[in-house]
Amino acid sequence: MAHADNSYYIPHGSHWPLTGSIGLFGIMIGASIWLNGSGIGPLVLSIGFAVLLFMIFGWFRLVINESEGGQYNSEVDTSFRMGMGWFIFSEVMFFAAFFGALFYARGIAVPWLGGDSNNFFTNELLWNNFTATWPTNGPDDLGGKFETLGPWGIPALNTAILLTSGITLTIAHHALQKGSRGILSMFLAATFILGFIFMGFQAYEYIHAYQELNLTMESGIYGSTFFLLTGFHGLHVTIGATMLVVIWLRCLRGHFKPDHHFAFEAVAWYWHFVDVVWLFLFIFVYWL
Amino acid sequence: MSDSTHDDHDTKPTGLKRWLFTTNHKDIGTLYLVTSLIMFFVGGSMAMMIRLELFQPGLQFIDPQFFNSLVTVHALVMVFGAVMPAFVGLANWMIPMMIGAPDMALPRLNNWSFWLLPFAFTLLILTFFLPGGAPAGGWTLYPPLVLQTGDSFPFLVFAVHLLGASSIMGAINIIVTIMNMRAPGMTLMKMPMFVWTWLITAYLLIAVMPVLAGAVTMLLTDRFFGTSFFNAAGGGDPVLFQHVFWFFGHPEVYIMILPSFGVISQIVPAFSRKPLFGFSSMVYATASIAFLSFIVWAHHMFTTGMPIAGQLYFMLGTMLIAIPTGVKIFNWLATMWKGELTFETPMLFAIGFILMFAIGGFSGLMMAIVPVDYQYHDTYFIVAHFHYTLVPGSVFALMGAAYYWLPKWTGYYYNEKIGQWHFWTSAVFVNVLFFPQHFLGLAGMPRRIPDYPTQFADFNMVSSIGGFLFGASQLLFVWAVISSVKGKQKAPAKAWEGAEGLEWTLPSPAPYHSFNTPPKVD
Ligand SMILES: [Cu+2]
Repeated sequence: MAHADNSYYIPHGSHWPLTGSIGLFGIMIGASIWLNGSGIGPLVLSIGFAVLLFMIFGWFRLVINESEGGQYNSEVDTSFRMGMGWFIFSEVMFFAAFFGALFYARGIAVPWLGGDSNNFFTNELLWNNFTATWPTNGPDDLGGKFETLGPWGIPALNTAILLTSGITLTIAHHALQKGSRGILSMFLAATFILGFIFMGFQAYEYIHAYQELNLTMESGIYGSTFFLLTGFHGLHVTIGATMLVVIWLRCLRGHFKPDHHFAFEAVAWYWHFVDVVWLFLFIFVYWL
Repeated sequence: MSDSTHDDHDTKPTGLKRWLFTTNHKDIGTLYLVTSLIMFFVGGSMAMMIRLELFQPGLQFIDPQFFNSLVTVHALVMVFGAVMPAFVGLANWMIPMMIGAPDMALPRLNNWSFWLLPFAFTLLILTFFLPGGAPAGGWTLYPPLVLQTGDSFPFLVFAVHLLGASSIMGAINIIVTIMNMRAPGMTLMKMPMFVWTWLITAYLLIAVMPVLAGAVTMLLTDRFFGTSFFNAAGGGDPVLFQHVFWFFGHPEVYIMILPSFGVISQIVPAFSRKPLFGFSSMVYATASIAFLSFIVWAHHMFTTGMPIAGQLYFMLGTMLIAIPTGVKIFNWLATMWKGELTFETPMLFAIGFILMFAIGGFSGLMMAIVPVDYQYHDTYFIVAHFHYTLVPGSVFALMGAAYYWLPKWTGYYYNEKIGQWHFWTSAVFVNVLFFPQHFLGLAGMPRRIPDYPTQFADFNMVSSIGGFLFGASQLLFVWAVISSVKGKQKAPAKAWEGAEGLEWTLPSPAPYHSFNTPPKVD
């Protein structure tokens, strides 16, 4: 049922949003009671996740079918594009909160504990003997002595991997626009394989940090900012790579046209966003 | 599924499914508005308990821990449950009609942003029944105090996450609708002021709600996973939380007031029978307020210890906001100047808003002055200030908006006599309720304390009496809404003689889908 471009399109009602809310509710109740020490927490949490996955699967399948059925006109396409752009902006602001915490700790909190600005007596009376340095786990040496991961080993390699994946993704996009489906699926596969290699290295680094360097989430403010920033980034890489796999499977099924492939572009934008966040992480968390 | 009918004709699903699965902007708007009215009374009943305890010095009715829980949850419910959803409800109902669109741009997302709310409120209200009671550290969630919350702590954090997700989705939808769904000829500078203010508000929401989510996430990991963001022993700083929180919190107060400005800018011209004075200056003033809101947050933190340069910067930056706000007030007054004014209920609420919001604005200016703020900080003066901006501010704008658009929503006028009574009782008692709190604060009464020295007894009793009567007068609003729903007097398409805009070209009540083909705008 194709729509003329000059009339409006309104999707029919759907139970998927409500299903998603129920899933999230289960996740949050489960996580809360688990954190409070209840034994059934993990079970409730898993049920919540299952419902959420069911929703994601079902909702996307519905939308993909509608899109492939030619129901979406160019106005819907533009709405999707704008929506994705603003969603990525909200993600940028989420990371901004954690980068803000990092800069505040390094620029203000730690120097002040060391007596900087007008905090001479804070240092003298409360935290005597503490000298402000970075990295630090604070005046109480929380979590004990630790070492950090230098930038020029695996992190630099991971930077190269993510940057390369950005290039392979762009090649795939150009191939899609030109209709070269073989190159498209090959470079798309290369992109998510690079993403999974990145995640493998990150997992290896985390194990290394916990087992050999004694660098943990409990290593004061350094460990806190390090693990939350890289952890949320890793979560986003995992989501992004999974979405790339889905897009790849859709390409194999012959989805997308050279001039009509919003989902491909949305995932590509997301992937580039994850890439840029990593560059900031590499510079401000690992390097400087 | 793909060949089933999609409702681009005027078919209306029925029964419970209509409300659960709806993609219709009017249905979702109604859900938002009804929910916010319910939460207004939930939060209001907490306020009544607070005023009851404060009626006399000493501890009479509730224990201090529960009092602090009431203060905390009252604020969270009113901010996230009453005021914000009410404005999103208005946006849902009105924006598509005002810009000549059939619906919101992303209707299923719209459904989801509403249907997250009931679950979030369930998480929040549930905390009253958990060991350790509801959160009691204040709505600002400052560590280390908030980290002492009992079992309700993770529920609190996740409720904030859900509310934030709902707001972000709602805001994305509003921006996309405005940017992509305007009828041909509806240029940006022809958009009604309500649409303009919501466009800017939605931008603020997307920018700051994720920051709040980040802040509460850090609280969660500090409490359960051993991080030290807000722990000085580990090199962190509790004040860091205040910075992150108020980076969200200050724009948040504009999220609650900018759409009010939009509402007032619709109502005042309609009942003055004159176009809005200085339309483009209104747009620029709104945008400057939004911009400034990002760079003044630390005026909430003058007493936490800040270098003198920081204090000066945040003081002067805050005072700058008075300029665009003043532009707005003068534009409304100039709109009324030499107009043919009539004083139906919406106009009364609009005038009440202008007068009393100005009081809240001026007390805000007073608090922006650093040395004076040292005296006001955490006293009842602050409580008086923000209640003036939020109650005769945002809530009056919401009431005015409801009276203004009820005939469009239901097809019938409300009972004007009840509306007038509602306004006058609200306007009188809101001042009896909050004006004495300025004096209490100046005399040094701290906020969030269930007991006080006898020197504060008289003003507290006056304030409590005002509170009970203000609370009771809000029942008149319910009566007025019912009078419109059950309606006797039919409203024409253009329900108010001086009202302008596309929404008044549609019949009353508005059809299920607003515009199936784009209207012409010239
Ligand atoms: Cu502020």
